[in-house]
Amino acid sequence: MADASLPTTALPDADAAHSAVRRAFGMSIGAAVVGVVVLVAVGLFSATSGAAGLPVKGVLGALFDWVPLIGVDSSLSTTQENILFEIRLPRLVLGMLVGGSLGVAGASYQGVFRNPLADPYLLGVSAGAGFGAVLALGFGLDLSWGPFDTVPAAAFAGALVAVLASMAIARGGGASPATLLLGGVAMAALFSAAQTYAIQQLNETRAREVLSWLFGQLNTTGWKQVGLLLPYVVVCGVVLFIHRRHLDVLRVGDDEARSLGLDPARSRLVVIVAASLLTAAAVSVSGLIAFVGLVVPHIVRLLISHSYRVIVPLSALVGATFLAFVDIGARTLLAPSELPVGVITAFVGAPFFAVVLWRDRWSTT
Amino acid sequence: MSPVLTASTQGSESAIRSAPALSCRDVRVSFRDQEVVCGVNLELDTGQWLGIIGPNGAGKSTLLRSIVGLAYYSGAIALGDGRTPAAADVALVPQAPIMPKGMTVAEYVLLGRTAHLGWLARESRADREIASSVLNRLELTAFADRFVSTLSGGEAQQVVVARALAQQCPVLLLDEPTSALDLGHQVSVLELVDDLRRTEGLSVLAAMHDLSAAARFADRLILIDHGRIVAEGRPAAVLQPDLLSAVYGTPLTVQPIDGELVVLPEPRRRAKPPKEAP
Repeated sequence: MADASLPTTALPDADAAHSAVRRAFGMSIGAAVVGVVVLVAVGLFSATSGAAGLPVKGVLGALFDWVPLIGVDSSLSTTQENILFEIRLPRLVLGMLVGGSLGVAGASYQGVFRNPLADPYLLGVSAGAGFGAVLALGFGLDLSWGPFDTVPAAAFAGALVAVLASMAIARGGGASPATLLLGGVAMAALFSAAQTYAIQQLNETRAREVLSWLFGQLNTTGWKQVGLLLPYVVVCGVVLFIHRRHLDVLRVGDDEARSLGLDPARSRLVVIVAASLLTAAAVSVSGLIAFVGLVVPHIVRLLISHSYRVIVPLSALVGATFLAFVDIGARTLLAPSELPVGVITAFVGAPFFAVVLWRDRWSTT
Repeated sequence: MSPVLTASTQGSESAIRSAPALSCRDVRVSFRDQEVVCGVNLELDTGQWLGIIGPNGAGKSTLLRSIVGLAYYSGAIALGDGRTPAAADVALVPQAPIMPKGMTVAEYVLLGRTAHLGWLARESRADREIASSVLNRLELTAFADRFVSTLSGGEAQQVVVARALAQQCPVLLLDEPTSALDLGHQVSVLELVDDLRRTEGLSVLAAMHDLSAAARFADRLILIDHGRIVAEGRPAAVLQPDLLSAVYGTPLTVQPIDGELVVLPEPRRRAKPPKEAP
C-alpha cells in the first residue's frame, strides 16, 4: 500500500488526504480484477484437463453458445458437450462455491475472534458439521424443515454446537487466541470420535459411502449439489459482506468498538451464525476440506490488505480459485483413481499453518 | 490567594451560559460490592473545558466510561436535549487505545464514522470527505498511509483525536490523553484540543493527571477522591495546596509562574524551616 515515499514533515494537502482515504475505503479494484482473471483462467484449465481432453476453443465456444441470445458453433461433439456440462462444469462450479464459502467463513471467524488462526476446521466447526451430516446421511434422519434439506440442517446444528462450545471453553480459559484454538481442538476431537462411532454402527456399503464423503471430495454428477449449496452461499455471503466493516471496527477491541457506535455482541452473533451456516452448507455437499479457511484469508492479508473490507470479498475469490486449482490435482494426479481434495488442501495447508504460527507467534490482527 | 492568580485564570471562562452540553445527576458505578463512583453531579457547559482531576483509582476513567455506555451506572447522564448520549453525540479518546496491526491511519480515522453508517455499512462520499478534512485539519496527511501500529506515541495520540473528531460529536471526552507523551507532545496535543474547542465549538471533558496542564487548559476543574467530588470550581479555587496534598497523599505546592499556576511536589530539602516536612 505504501506506493510513494512519504515526506517526513506533515504538509496539509487536501488531494493526498482524500486519495489516502479513498485507498482505505476502496475495495482494491485492481486486486479484484486480477483475481477474477486468475479464477477464469484456472476454471478454463480445469474444464479442459482430465481423462477426456477438451479443446480450449471448443469449451469457450460451448460456453458462449450457452449464453442466451448468442449462437456460436462450439465444434464439440455431443459426448464432449455432455462431459463439459454434466461432469466438468458442475464439479468446477461446486469447487468454486465451496472454496469461496470456506475462504469467507475463515475470514469472518478470524475477524470476530480477533484471531488470525481461527478457521472452520480448527475451531471444530467442520467436525461438528460433519458429525451432524454423518448422522443425517448414515441413519437417514429426516430433519428437513421448510426449504431446508436434512443434511445441511443437521450439519448446521452440529457446526453451531461446536463453535459455541469452543467459545465457552475459551471464555473459561481467558479467551486468548490459544485457548480458543485449544477449545476448537477439543471439540474437533470429540466430534471426530463421535463420527467414527456413528460410522462403525453402519453397514459396510453405507460406511464406505459416508467415509469417502467425509474425506472431502467434490465428486458430483449433475448440478444437484450446486443447487443445494447456492442459496446458502448467496444469503450468508450477503450477510457477511455487509458485516465486513464491523470486523474492522472490532479490531480496536470491544470497548472502543462500542464507544464508536457498534454493538459488538450483536455483530459477533450475526457473523458467527452466518459463517457457521456457510461452513455447514459447504461441509454437507463436500465433506471436510481442511485449511482453506485458514490459508486463503492469510494470502489476501499478506498480498493485499489487513482490512476485512478487502479480506472478506477477496477471500471468496481466492478461495474459489484455490479449491478449483487443487481439485485439478485431485482429479488428475492419480488418474484414473481419485485423490480426495481434502487430502491435498491438508498437504498444502498444514505447512502453511506452521509458517504462520512461526511468523505471528500468537499476535492478534 | 494573590490577586495575580485569580486574574490569570479568568480569561478563558466562557461568557455565554446556555443549556449544558452534558450533565450527570447522582451517577453511581459499582464493581462487585465496591462503589467506585459515588453520586457524582456535574454539568459541562457548551464550549467549556471541564477538567477532572484526582489520584489513580479515584473513579475518573470509570465516570468517563459510564458516559459513553461502557460501565453500568445508576443515576442520570443526559445531553442538553435530555437524551442519553450515543456514539454520535459523545466521542471518547481512550487512555490506552488499541492500534491494530496493518491498519492505516486513514482506515483508523474512518472508523470514527461507524455510528453514522447505514445498514449496508458502507461509507458515503460525505463520510470520506469528513475523514479527509479531519486529516487535513490535524496536518496528518503525510501519515495517512502509515500503519497505526508504527506511529510514535505523539503521532498515535493525534490520530486517535482525529478519529474522535471524525465522529463529529459536540462533546469530546479525553481519558488522560497525554499520560504516555513527552512534554512537548503533551502540550501540542492539549493545544490542539483547545484549538478545536474554540474553532469547532466542542465541549471537552478531560480526566487529567498533569495538574499544571489542567490549570492551564481547563475552564473549570472537578477534584474527585474515592468516587466523590471534593472540590469544584475555577482552577485557582480548586488547586489549593492543602487540599491537593491531602487528596494526593503527598505534600504539593501551587506556584504562579508567568501568570500560570504550576503544581509541584513540595521540595523536601529546602532551607526554609517552616515548610520542612515533619
